[in-house]
Amino acid sequence: MTSVKITDLVKDYTLRSGLKRTRLRAVDHVSLELTPGRTVALVGESGSGKSTIAKILTRMERPTSGTVEVRLDDGTPVPNGHYRREVQMVFQDPFASLNPFHSIEHHIARPLKIHGRTQSQEDTRARVLEMLERVNLTPAEAIAPRRPHELSGGQRQRVAIARALAPGAQVLIADEPVSMLDVSIRLGVLNLLGRLQREDQLAVLYITHDLATARHFSDEIVVLYRGRVVERGPSDAVILDPHHDYTKLLALAAPDPERPGRVTSEAAVDRKAIDNSTCYDHFAGEWREAAAGAKAAVSAD
Amino acid sequence: MTNPSNAPAAADNAELLAEAAAETGRAPRSGWRMLLPTMTPWLAVGLILVGGITLFGLIGPLLVGDPTEIRDQGLTAPTGDFILGTTQTGQDVMAQLAYATRGSLQIGFIVGVLATVLSAFFGIYGAYRGRVVDEAFSLFTNVCLVIPGLPLVIVISGFVPRESRGLWTIALVLAITSWAGSARVLRAQTLSVRNRDYVAASQVSGERPWRVIVVEILPNLLPVIASQFVFAVISALLGEAGLSFIGLGASNSSTLGTMLFYAQNGFALPLGAWWWFVPPGLVIALFGMGLALINFSIDEIINPKLKNTRLHRKRARRALRLERELARTGRKVPRQAAPSDEETVR
Repeated sequence: MTSVKITDLVKDYTLRSGLKRTRLRAVDHVSLELTPGRTVALVGESGSGKSTIAKILTRMERPTSGTVEVRLDDGTPVPNGHYRREVQMVFQDPFASLNPFHSIEHHIARPLKIHGRTQSQEDTRARVLEMLERVNLTPAEAIAPRRPHELSGGQRQRVAIARALAPGAQVLIADEPVSMLDVSIRLGVLNLLGRLQREDQLAVLYITHDLATARHFSDEIVVLYRGRVVERGPSDAVILDPHHDYTKLLALAAPDPERPGRVTSEAAVDRKAIDNSTCYDHFAGEWREAAAGAKAAVSAD
Repeated sequence: MTNPSNAPAAADNAELLAEAAAETGRAPRSGWRMLLPTMTPWLAVGLILVGGITLFGLIGPLLVGDPTEIRDQGLTAPTGDFILGTTQTGQDVMAQLAYATRGSLQIGFIVGVLATVLSAFFGIYGAYRGRVVDEAFSLFTNVCLVIPGLPLVIVISGFVPRESRGLWTIALVLAITSWAGSARVLRAQTLSVRNRDYVAASQVSGERPWRVIVVEILPNLLPVIASQFVFAVISALLGEAGLSFIGLGASNSSTLGTMLFYAQNGFALPLGAWWWFVPPGLVIALFGMGLALINFSIDEIINPKLKNTRLHRKRARRALRLERELARTGRKVPRQAAPSDEETVR
């Protein structure tokens, strides 16, 4: 069991146009904590910095400042060489995240081999089949030799989940894992993630722009707007009692059968007036300055 | 297993089971099969031409006599003794052709491999590393691209003394002047493949960079590399023929270009000795044509749109045939089947 503590994370991108250089702050002093068995949902629109946080967590990008601490149960930090064994990611698009050239078996066997989880060829094969069965892909013997284009979107996403869990990962980052799937398949994949989380006591960071699934699936919701945390709290509290204007906007965007007629969300809340310098913290029950407030929230936990 | 995800999964499974049962006799599928072009008449012609000429180059020299042997029957037209006649000095053209084909193919193959390796290194590795490495590599590639190939080859070949101007010197010179174009194509392709999620996913899994390049990226570039290789062989063959024709070719091997060079010097054209210069020219042309036909088939893998156009045309032809047959047998053409298919294609 492993927990992750993100403190004061900042990521700047340099934009170059001609000789002019400008800085884009994609993530602005974000702090988060992922604990075993709990799911934190990171909610926000495109460009709000969700995926940048995922990239930093999976070490595809370096943070400009701030720290990511991954600690094992007994409090010892995870050594660099074992980082990828502990923290894994499920990508958004199951049609792009599997190499069309390789078989399903290859995709799951590679992480097993890289992280030394198997001793022999037969052992690898047995473990691949076992992983496939864990994600409800049966008969595993028939699926393993197939190539990605022979599977449906939901099946592919299950393969991606199996690949992420193959090294024995305890922290799972799910970057919009169901947004590319049919509505009818979504619940199945989310429930699968939920079951695996319960079985392995995974710490899950669920990145999404869909408040409805966030509430269904997560314990805590963190709302990001332009790189800053604007609201955080238990998922029911954030959804049912949104305080920040941006969260209200997101809540309005989700269709609600109780609400008659169409609501154009842009009209209901003035987007220009949304202020991302403050953050409402449901745990503390008060407004804070977004950048500094995030820090305080972590120390209060 | 009490969650609702079982419902769709079960449906999937039933489908899979049925499919698996239906195809138990099928060979294990692999990624490689996807890379093979579909057999078309053009591909068959190309393969036959290239295969035939390659076989001739490999086996021919073992069956013919000494190509340099001088006889007193100069410029005899093709007869039973000499299938392709003799040169001015009485050398057997057939024997010369066999050795020359072997020499030309050797150079073409060596240059093809060298140019492909160079372009793969500069194109793929640079694009994968990105930033400074990519900038430096693509600057170097662009510089090499604008170097005028043939004049440089002529200058280099001219500088190297004739005695040390062997097969490998010529091959090296041709390779260095011909890799840059392919490198740019490969760089563009790599840039596109590199940013796909499966590459990021394998990096997140902890794959080492060289494995990401060789195992995850390279297989998806193989059709492009194959097509560039075929193209490099064609241009090397022609480049070498050009060099040899102006007398700057390899000194220690006979190629189709040197044959043409001697034919030109021996006034084959004014003397009407067509059997001296037509065969080498024809071998070059047919080999180039064969490779080009193979290349078109490889293009279909890179750009599936081409394949669809071909399949559409095929379907239209089939419809037309069906229509004619029905007209001949005096039956009515079924309303929707054949003609509507044809219309949509046109």
